[in-house]
Amino acid sequence: MRELIRCTNVCKDYARGAERVSVLRNVDLSVRDGTFTALMGPSGSGKTTLLNLIGGLDSPTSGEIEVDGLRLDSVNAGNLARWRARSVGFVFQFYNLLPVLNAQRNVELPLLLTGLSRSERRKNAGLALEIVGLGDRGKHKPGELSGGQQQRVAIARALVSDPCLLVCDEPTGDLDRATADEILTLLQTLHWELGKTIVMVTHDPRAADRAEHTLHMDKGRLVSSASGTAEAVA
Amino acid sequence: MSLFSLLWANLLRKPTRTSLTFVSLAIAFVLFTLLQAISDAFSGGVSLAGMDRIVIDSKYSMTDNLPLAYVQRIRALDEVDQVTNMSWFGGYYREPRNSFATYPVDPESYFDVFREQGISADTLARFRSVRVSAVASEALAAQYGWQPGDTIPIVQDIFPQASGSWSWQFELAGTFQYAGGELLLIHYDYFNEAVVGWGKDQVGWLVGRVADPREVDAAIRTIDGMFENSSDPTRSTTEDEYRRQFASQLGDIGAISGMILMAVFFTILLLTGNTASQAFAERVPELAAMKTLGFPDGSVAALVLAEALALCLGGATAGIAIAWLLEPGLEANLGGMIGSFGMSWGSALQALGLAALLGLLIGAYPALSAKRLTIVDALRER
Repeated sequence: MRELIRCTNVCKDYARGAERVSVLRNVDLSVRDGTFTALMGPSGSGKTTLLNLIGGLDSPTSGEIEVDGLRLDSVNAGNLARWRARSVGFVFQFYNLLPVLNAQRNVELPLLLTGLSRSERRKNAGLALEIVGLGDRGKHKPGELSGGQQQRVAIARALVSDPCLLVCDEPTGDLDRATADEILTLLQTLHWELGKTIVMVTHDPRAADRAEHTLHMDKGRLVSSASGTAEAVA
Repeated sequence: MSLFSLLWANLLRKPTRTSLTFVSLAIAFVLFTLLQAISDAFSGGVSLAGMDRIVIDSKYSMTDNLPLAYVQRIRALDEVDQVTNMSWFGGYYREPRNSFATYPVDPESYFDVFREQGISADTLARFRSVRVSAVASEALAAQYGWQPGDTIPIVQDIFPQASGSWSWQFELAGTFQYAGGELLLIHYDYFNEAVVGWGKDQVGWLVGRVADPREVDAAIRTIDGMFENSSDPTRSTTEDEYRRQFASQLGDIGAISGMILMAVFFTILLLTGNTASQAFAERVPELAAMKTLGFPDGSVAALVLAEALALCLGGATAGIAIAWLLEPGLEANLGGMIGSFGMSWGSALQALGLAALLGLLIGAYPALSAKRLTIVDALRER
């Protein structure tokens, strides 16, 4: 399998008043295409920051990040936005759906950035909702759906433009155990059946168990790798 | 779905808030359109028909009369094609609230000077031949349901008759076209015969039509020069200027309207701007989510700005439409007092321009904030 994500000597600092805080310190990471990787670690260890960098939501203070052949650390904001629209699907802990749009339209939203016709957009959004098991809930607004259903809609939205990478930040953090299991099963299915590469940040060891590989972070460094397929060098 | 439906959905996010903002904008633009029409009526309401007319009034005051003999002297001038005399009559019909402009005029010359005020040959002949007759503008006759031949009683509060009566009776000869609303014309000769004391053999002012509109200034100089050293010197102006001077007695209507509108729109700007800022703060995570999905900074900012513009333009359009619907009623009630009262396409376009400016001002800060919004910070603050 080819290498999809490569981080080399990545550092990320934030300014907190006059003080500079190092959130990531010389992180090296390689993730192969078609793998399901969990990123674990205590609060403040830098795992969400690393996920944001991999997803093109933020840029590193230093180091190189290459995803699907594109150097994210050297492209401008406009190109990065276009790349995200094309190549990455995002799933967040709090779903981040637009409450004014129904499920169908929330899923259709990323397709407004593509050249697809209205009918194609509608069809693809309907298909994505079918994949996550909510084909009959397209007309419902987020407020009319349960937490698990909202997260399924968010996963459908992440899938709809057929990205090569799904980044999930605590996707089960706001859900009860049974619903969390359903969501994790869904992510596993997407990985196995559609071959999606998934990088998931989680606090929950049971969630991490669903992934093929687990990486651990502490104090801004990758400290261990549970598999040789996803390689981490601290 | 399209970006338009997203914009629409965002506007309807809080229907009560949007409705209240929309209504306040609509009311502000009703006020704007109506005040603009009133200001226009005072400051620029003279039609092209009046370009060749001059008004000859007392130099001392608009309320001072001029001798009736001036009519013949001015008519004899080469520069003047026709001249007619008019006076203020006042009074009311049946009840004090039924007041409108009533002028004693010379039926022989009036419609030669005011040619745009069309009257049928039969009605004019009747008006000329019957001394107690009167002609009413079509709007006035319609207002009170008058028909030719009706007796119109006007109760006076300035001019008693020689008989001691304060009630004057006129027979309606017919109607004439008058764009200014309500107007009643009565026979000057009848008025002059019947009145006692002040006002006899005097006229309020004269209106002349010059032979050559390019020679208006020369005609004004000749007329005023002719009476300069008399006991009743004149001050002549173009009809346009006369109306402006008349309006200025009430104050600078344009400035007053402008100040009222500035206060209204400043308040609207603050209130709507505050509402827009609150709405933006509530939506920060959603805007961050849109950026996460790949919507460029400019598109997200444009969406926020478009919402403010749509709200302001929608409110303005509703306001303009309401003002247009109110226009006929206001024209009937105000037209006689302030001249031609009417909305124009120009003022409607001005209102839309103002709405666009308001939308840009209200939407600028939230749009700029949306553009500068960093995804990571916005999601972290959630």
